[in-house]
Amino acid sequence: MISAIAFYLFALMTVFAAIMVITAKNPVHSVLFLILAFFNAAGLFVLLGAEFVAMILVIVYVGAVAVLFLFVVMMLDISFSELRQGALQYVPIGLVVGGILLAELIFIFVGWHIAPSAMDNRITPMDQTVQNTEALGRVLYTDYIFAFQVSGLILLVAMIGAIVLTHRRRPGVRRQKIADQNARRPQDVLDIQKVTPGKGI
Amino acid sequence: MSDFSLSSLMPLAPELFLAVAGMVLLVVGAFMGNRSLRLISWASVVCYGIAAVMVVSGDGGRAETLGGMFVMDGYAELIKIFILVGLAVSAILSIQYLYQEQILKFEYPILILFSGIGMMLMVSAHDLLSLYVALELQSLSLYVLAAIRRTHLRSAESGMKYFILGAISSGVLLFGISLIYGYTGTTNFALIGQALGAEISLGALIGMVFILAGLAFKVSAVPFHMWTPDVYEGAPTSVTAFFALVPKLAALGLIARLVFEPFYPLQDDWVQIIWILSAASMLVGAFAGLRQENIKRLLAYSSIGNMGYALMGIAAGTTAGLSGLIFYMAVYMIMTAGTFAVILSMRRQDVNLEKISDLAGLSHHMPKLAYILAILMFSMSGIPPLAGFFGKFVIFQSAMESHLYVLAVIGVLTSVVSAYYYLRVIKVMFFDTPAEPYDGHISWGRWIVLAGSVGFILLFIISPSSLLDICRTAAVYLIPSSLS
Repeated sequence: MISAIAFYLFALMTVFAAIMVITAKNPVHSVLFLILAFFNAAGLFVLLGAEFVAMILVIVYVGAVAVLFLFVVMMLDISFSELRQGALQYVPIGLVVGGILLAELIFIFVGWHIAPSAMDNRITPMDQTVQNTEALGRVLYTDYIFAFQVSGLILLVAMIGAIVLTHRRRPGVRRQKIADQNARRPQDVLDIQKVTPGKGI
Repeated sequence: MSDFSLSSLMPLAPELFLAVAGMVLLVVGAFMGNRSLRLISWASVVCYGIAAVMVVSGDGGRAETLGGMFVMDGYAELIKIFILVGLAVSAILSIQYLYQEQILKFEYPILILFSGIGMMLMVSAHDLLSLYVALELQSLSLYVLAAIRRTHLRSAESGMKYFILGAISSGVLLFGISLIYGYTGTTNFALIGQALGAEISLGALIGMVFILAGLAFKVSAVPFHMWTPDVYEGAPTSVTAFFALVPKLAALGLIARLVFEPFYPLQDDWVQIIWILSAASMLVGAFAGLRQENIKRLLAYSSIGNMGYALMGIAAGTTAGLSGLIFYMAVYMIMTAGTFAVILSMRRQDVNLEKISDLAGLSHHMPKLAYILAILMFSMSGIPPLAGFFGKFVIFQSAMESHLYVLAVIGVLTSVVSAYYYLRVIKVMFFDTPAEPYDGHISWGRWIVLAGSVGFILLFIISPSSLLDICRTAAVYLIPSSLS
């Protein structure tokens, strides 16, 4: 009973927040609603018993991605109404493509059935005694180690790419040179003088 | 997977070696800075050589490893060797250009290396998941390479365009993968093949269409070719050379494995798709190329047309067709390498030239280069004793054997049409009023590529069957002879 109430609460809030994301006039409000939607989706995952995914959703999406969005929206001076104006002329094409995709989806949905062997393929025997964090870890680092490692390489390439495409040496910037700082000796830079009273230097 | 042993990583050895080498070179570059560009480029070429030796020294049998995500067989072996050769050639061709154009970034050869790892993994993918990660590893490096000269508007634009369209195609691909997974309950190629062999549903069919559409983007088959001319033109010429040489070979290798392993039960359906892609690519490649003035754009349309011919080999659906495809791509790669070596040498007053009309009078100033380009262009248009002719011949022959008469006729007609623009290049070089001479210096690395390319094209006639036999042996791994 309580879980049913919780489900409907989270589900309705997710849908409401998602609608607000795309309808809110102010982009900052949109991002805040996006965060709300993430939180509610995390609640839904907890109800499913997938507490690890729920925590990851909050940490990664709310903690990093959404805050990043917020910063981008607030710091870059993008006029969203101007962007929307340009986009309007592509609406007919978008509707046509979307319509075709929708028709395909309906066809798939109506004629959907799964292969006879699909259930056997899909079943993953679960050890009920382990937590789902541990179960995920076992699957990720043994069965899917290959995909995991290649994803690591992809991230390395993404990092190299980000540095190659954005890093530049700006002239006229004073950089900290630690070696130079450490090499400074008092006798090179300090001049100690005796000041006789009443005379000055 | 619980009984893990080091020997299960053996089929993966070349890729592992390259990945470690790439990271070591990255550290070297980070410490030595951009002046190590030449050192890192040559070091990467040596690494490709070592990796090729590792690929060859494999036992050649079929080995699945890492929970069936990765497969190594004779087919993957041959294509990987071609990929490694292509990577080494692109690295060698780039060095002089990068120094001339002041694109001194040590990351350049390292990005080529990482995209190469992605391509090798693509050819060995045996699971939709490993297919996707390998494809992204390759694509992401290519996006960065296209935009590597970020201070130039055209390069940045081409990188951006490539990235956005590539992301859309990845989305389409993933949508298809999700439908296939939904229907079969697995991402493993062998199990998908079994499930589809038992029964075919509309959902799986649409899933396959989406996957093929996503991959057709990567090989720039019409109607998914729009990015190609812009990216080829905007990217620095050495990057364009790399794009033209290798990634499409890997993507075609992947498509071939996909249609012959998991989607083999759907052959009647995918033959139609490949048929249309092939015919449309040949037509667009031939007719749109006629009006091009920029030689990089011209080669972009030429590569679109050539993808059409290559796809014809898949549409044939036989061992002959597949071996024709591998052979055609190898010959195409060798011809393109030579052509780009010439284009990279087109410099006047320290500016790289890209117009076809800039070739005027090449036969006066640099007769050697002009004759080499003439041979390459004759070969591209498919004039008989040259290697390019045999490539097309084998493909058309396999199409005729599989009763794809209309496709073969379109192929022959479009290759006649496209001969116009190849021969026009020769006409400009030999018969137009000479323009000013080029800056003369051509590095010895580039001469080696030129000599190798022209030597192969001219001498191929001596023993045409040897390379063909190798391709046929490789193709048999994918299509057991009982099926063909």
